[in-house]
Amino acid sequence: MNAPSNLKYTKSDEWFDPATGAMGLTDYAQDQLSDIVFVEHLVEVGDTIAVGDPIASVESVKASAETYASAAGTVTEINETLADAPETLNSDPFGDGWMIKVEGGEPGEVMDAAAYEAYCEEREH
Amino acid sequence: MTYIPISPKERDAMLETVGVKKLDDLFDSVPAKHRFPTLNLPPAITEMEAAAELGELATANESTKDLISFLGAGMYNHYIPSVVDHILRRGEFYTAYTPYQPEISQGTLQGIFEYQSLMSTLTGMEVSNASHYDGATAAAESINLAWAVFRGKRTKVVISPTVHPQYREVIRTYTQGMDLEMAGDNAEADLETGPEALTELVDENTMLVIVQYPDFFGRIYDYTKLTELAHEKGALVCVVANPTALAMFKTPADMDADIVVGEGQPLGIPMWYGGPSLGFFTTRKKYVHKMAGRLVGETVDSRGQKAYVLTLTAREQHIKRERATSNICTNQGLLALASAVYLSLVGKKGLRQVAESCYHKAHYAAEQLSKLPGMGLCFSEPYFHEFALCVGQPVSEVNEHLLNHGFIGGYDLGKDYPALKDHMLVAVTEMNTKEEIDAFVQVLAEVAHD
Repeated sequence: MNAPSNLKYTKSDEWFDPATGAMGLTDYAQDQLSDIVFVEHLVEVGDTIAVGDPIASVESVKASAETYASAAGTVTEINETLADAPETLNSDPFGDGWMIKVEGGEPGEVMDAAAYEAYCEEREH
Repeated sequence: MTYIPISPKERDAMLETVGVKKLDDLFDSVPAKHRFPTLNLPPAITEMEAAAELGELATANESTKDLISFLGAGMYNHYIPSVVDHILRRGEFYTAYTPYQPEISQGTLQGIFEYQSLMSTLTGMEVSNASHYDGATAAAESINLAWAVFRGKRTKVVISPTVHPQYREVIRTYTQGMDLEMAGDNAEADLETGPEALTELVDENTMLVIVQYPDFFGRIYDYTKLTELAHEKGALVCVVANPTALAMFKTPADMDADIVVGEGQPLGIPMWYGGPSLGFFTTRKKYVHKMAGRLVGETVDSRGQKAYVLTLTAREQHIKRERATSNICTNQGLLALASAVYLSLVGKKGLRQVAESCYHKAHYAAEQLSKLPGMGLCFSEPYFHEFALCVGQPVSEVNEHLLNHGFIGGYDLGKDYPALKDHMLVAVTEMNTKEEIDAFVQVLAEVAHD
């Protein structure tokens, strides 16, 4: 379990980087999903999104999940490489596995890394 | 399956848990007089008597074994090699349920995989699912795919009026509640204009265009231009195809179609009483995640041996729930196997021979029928094994005359297309001999007049 301290986290296991406006799925989430085989973005560049809007649909070998926006804002970039390499979400969820970037990102109810780690730990038991 | 009985002790424990004294208490909300109604049944008869009665009832049926059929309109009378039935009746296939567990279902899974491969080859598409219930539901599922591709942002579907009327009806039923705009689906449209008329209806809100190939009247159109124009507007194109015709004509994939669906009945499945049948569904690989239904893939097991498993199941509703493209998780397993066996038996060349035989016989029949006074072909476009024939009098009366002479006549087109009153849709397959066609023409000649 890994949770970089510069990021903010949601209860539905997404992260948000206030510095870059990037967001994605956490390490805990990718581990729960297991091998991810398909990612589809549900938003486009230019869309205005609210906290909790579905931004991407993710399918693994055993499950399917939607990723929700951890912050509100205007979508400026989509990580197109995920379509051809969905396994990036497993190998580098906080780095190359970013899903979208927003401008003027206004996070919703988020936790810092320590709180999120405790939250994950709690669910392990 | 092991039958699990219930002991009185277990029953009492369960009753106590739910808080009732006896089993009958569970049915309290059903008024007593409705619990065991007196059924209006005849007195019991012996097995011998029942067999005799049922046998008598069965002889009242007249099938294509007793009568010579020129009826098609979606179900076609083709020869089925006897091997098909022998393989279907093997207990391993006949009784198998959905193959969730690859370790005990390799035969069924391989059967489905072969079916998918054959359908992909036939249509020219990259991906085939494990099948649907029939051609009409497969056609309706194409709308679900398009809806999922555009995530509901496009809401218009353009349907050719020459798609099978019953398919269009199923599509309307299937999509109610989706708030779609249906265009083109009009039985009073000009049926002479061909697919070009549809292009005017395709706009930026159109998600899908559905056409049939050959169309309901048996006509062959090249949909390349239509597809090109639809794609310019960003819409997808679904072609409802007759699989036999695909052995002879340009494939919908060559016309750049995005989805090819159809009725698999012509491929080794009897007409029965109109079903059960088989819907095939094929598409481009890029849409595989939006496709409904089961999908079997080939892989290797832990020992490196070739093995088959259900693939991409996370897109299906038992996992994806309400976000899945469709609520169809099942397939027509046994009949898909029938088609796979049929196609394997006749082979690529054999299927082409079947198609050519149908084509030539239909054209011979059309030529002979056109010579009859007051009768003639309704359309001038190229056609496959079916054609609209003007009979100049009520089709029901003509068909009654035919039936009296041992023939099942064509489909009454006036029922679905008011402009085609007194027109019948005549289908000819490899099952119709030249002698039968000549006899059919002769019997029709008895009622033909200017």
